[in-house]
Amino acid sequence: MLLPNKKGRFGPYGGRYVPETLMPALEELEAAYLSARRDPAFKKELAEGLKSYVGRPTSLYFAKRLSERLGGAKVYLKREDLCHTGAHKINNTMGQILLTQRMGKQRVIAETGAGQHGVAVATVAARAGLACEVYMGAEDMERQALNVIRMRLLGAKVTGVDAGSRTLKDAINEALRDWTTNVRTTHYILGSVLGPHPYPMMIRDFQSVIGQEARQQILRAEGRLPDTLIACVGGGSNAIGLFYPFLSDKSVRMIGVEAGGRGIAPGQHAARFSGGSVGVLHGTMTYLLQDPSGQIQTTHSVSAGLDYAAVGPEHSYYRDLKRIDYTYVTDEEALAAFQLLAETEGILPALESAHAIAHLVKLAPTLSKEQLIIVNLSGRGDKDVHQLSQMNAFASRIRGAK
Amino acid sequence: MSRIESTFKNGATRGEKALIAYVMAGDPTLSQTAQIVMEIEKAGADLIELGVPFSDPVADGPTIQKASERALKQGVTLRGVLDLVALLRRQTKIPLILMTYSNPVYAFGLGAFFKEAKGAGVDGLIVPDLPHEEAKEFLSLAKRHLIDLIFLVAPTTPSDRAERIVKDSGGFVYYVSLTGITGAALTEKESIRTRIQKLKSITDRPVAVGFGICTPEEAKEMSRAADGVIVGSALVKIIETAPNDPAYLSRLSGLVSSLKAAIRS
Repeated sequence: MLLPNKKGRFGPYGGRYVPETLMPALEELEAAYLSARRDPAFKKELAEGLKSYVGRPTSLYFAKRLSERLGGAKVYLKREDLCHTGAHKINNTMGQILLTQRMGKQRVIAETGAGQHGVAVATVAARAGLACEVYMGAEDMERQALNVIRMRLLGAKVTGVDAGSRTLKDAINEALRDWTTNVRTTHYILGSVLGPHPYPMMIRDFQSVIGQEARQQILRAEGRLPDTLIACVGGGSNAIGLFYPFLSDKSVRMIGVEAGGRGIAPGQHAARFSGGSVGVLHGTMTYLLQDPSGQIQTTHSVSAGLDYAAVGPEHSYYRDLKRIDYTYVTDEEALAAFQLLAETEGILPALESAHAIAHLVKLAPTLSKEQLIIVNLSGRGDKDVHQLSQMNAFASRIRGAK
Repeated sequence: MSRIESTFKNGATRGEKALIAYVMAGDPTLSQTAQIVMEIEKAGADLIELGVPFSDPVADGPTIQKASERALKQGVTLRGVLDLVALLRRQTKIPLILMTYSNPVYAFGLGAFFKEAKGAGVDGLIVPDLPHEEAKEFLSLAKRHLIDLIFLVAPTTPSDRAERIVKDSGGFVYYVSLTGITGAALTEKESIRTRIQKLKSITDRPVAVGFGICTPEEAKEMSRAADGVIVGSALVKIIETAPNDPAYLSRLSGLVSSLKAAIRS
C-alpha cells in the first residue's frame, strides 16, 4: 500500500488545488523531497539533527499513577512534549529546513495556530541562518502571547492576520498569498499534514519518527504491540506520525480525537468528522466544516492548535476505511484532563494533547488491566498557562496555591 | 464558436482589443451588481467576469477579499449569482464569465452546477484554485454543457506545462501578469510582453492578461501584446465607495470607458 498516489491522492482525498503560480513550486518541492528521501546524506543529517538538537528519541513513559487513577488499561505516554521547543512540530521543520537549503531558497514562511509550529520554524530558521516570517491569526496571537514572544526572540517576523476568523485558517490564507508572491525565493514550511501534495505525504513521513520509536519502545518494554493508540487531531500531523508505522498491525486500534469545543453546532467546534463534509480548502480535498453553499465555517476550540476547519486528507481516507476511529471531546473535558495529568503525573500537557488525554479518561476505565494504550503527548502546556490563568476555574486554583 | 470566442474575433476584425471587466457579484448588493454590469457594458466593456464570493480567496489581494466579505455579509451564494446571471441574460448578450473558487462549486454539486450555469446563460468559468491537473471532471462537464473553462498561465509556468494548459483552455487563455495576487503592483512590464508573445506562439486562442492592471496607461501597454486586458481591483475599489457616494456608477463608467479607449487605438 503506497499512498498517496502520484497525483497526491489518498483515495478521493488530497490533490493539489492551488493557483497556477504555485504549481511549479510544488513540483519542485516534490522532486526535491523524493530525491532527498533516497539520499543517505540527507537521511544522516536529519537523523543526527533529531538526535543531538531535538533530543530524540523521546521517551515512552509508563504513566503509573494515571493508569491507577483511571483503573483500567496500562497507559504509556509518548513524550513529544520533551522535544526541543516543546512539541512534535520540530520533527517536520527539521526536515523541511534541510529541503529549503537543498532548493537554494533564502527565506522561509509559515502559518501557526497555537504558535508551536511557528516557534519550531523560527528555531530551525535561526539555526540555518535563514530569514523567517510567521503568519498568525490576531486572536491566536492574544491567547498564545508567550509563543509570539518566543518567535520574535528567535529573530522571526511575526505578522498578525486580522481577516476572517483571525485564527489558523486566515493565517494559512495569508501565508499562501505571501508564497504566491515570493515563490522564487521562499519556501513555505507548512505545519501539518494539510495543504497541496506533497505536503501531507512529506510531513507524515517526517512525523513518522514518533511511531517508529514508539513501536520499538513498547516492544522493548512490554514485549508486544499496544492495543490502542490515541492522539489529538487538528490537521493531524502528530496523530498520523504515531499511527502510520502501526497501520499494518491489524490488532492495533487507533483513535483520533478532534476538538468538540462547546459542542457540535456550527461555529462552536472543530470536529470535522462529526459536523463536516467533503470539500476543498487550502489546496486539498478533505473533510471540512462548511455551510451548505460551500463557505468555510468559523471554528472554536479552547486549543488554538486544533481550531481549524479542515483535517488532513489521509485522515479522511482512513476514516472512510474505518482503519482509524475518530471522536471528539469538549473544551471542558480537555481542561479537566489537563488538570488530571498535572496532578497525577506532574506533567502540564498542551491543551491540544489534553484532548487525547480526555478521551483516554473515558476509554481506559472500560478496559482490562492487561490492555496497553499509548497516548501521544504531542506538546507541553507551558504556552497555555497564561490562557488558563484567565479562566475562572484555573485562576482560583492558582490563587489558592500556598 | 462560443460567445466568448466570437467576441474576441469580432473585436479583432475591428482592430480592437477586448476589455474584460471584473466585479464581485453581490457587492454592494446583487441588484446593484446587475445595474453595474449594464452600466459598464454601455461604457465599453466587452466581457464581464463575475466574482463569486468565497470565505478564503487565496489568489486575491485585499481589495477583492473585502468585496468578497461584503457580498457574503449580504448572504450571497453561488445560487444567487446564477440567478443574477439569468436576470442579466434577459437584458444583454455580453459574455458572462464566473470566477469562483472550487469549493462553492463542489458544494453545489458539479453536475448540477454546469447544468444550471448553462441554463442561466453563463458563457465561461475561471477557477483560480483549480489547476489543469485537477480539472478533468470540470473539463468534461464544461465540454458537455458548452461552457468555456478558462485556464490561467502564470509567469512561473514552464513552457511544456503552458502547452498542456492552453490546449484545454476554452474561450481564451488567462495570462497572469505577475507572480502574486490580484491587485498587486505591476512590475517588469517589458518581460510580460515578451512572455505573452511567447504564449501566443503556442496557441491560436486569444490571450488576455490580468492581475494588477489599474490604469488606462497600463491597459494600453499590456494590450500591445495581448488580445484582451482584464481589470478587476481598480473597478472594485470604486464600487466599495458605493454606500457613501451615489455618483460611484458614473465614476465607474468613466474608468471603464477610458480603459476601453486606451486599448482601442
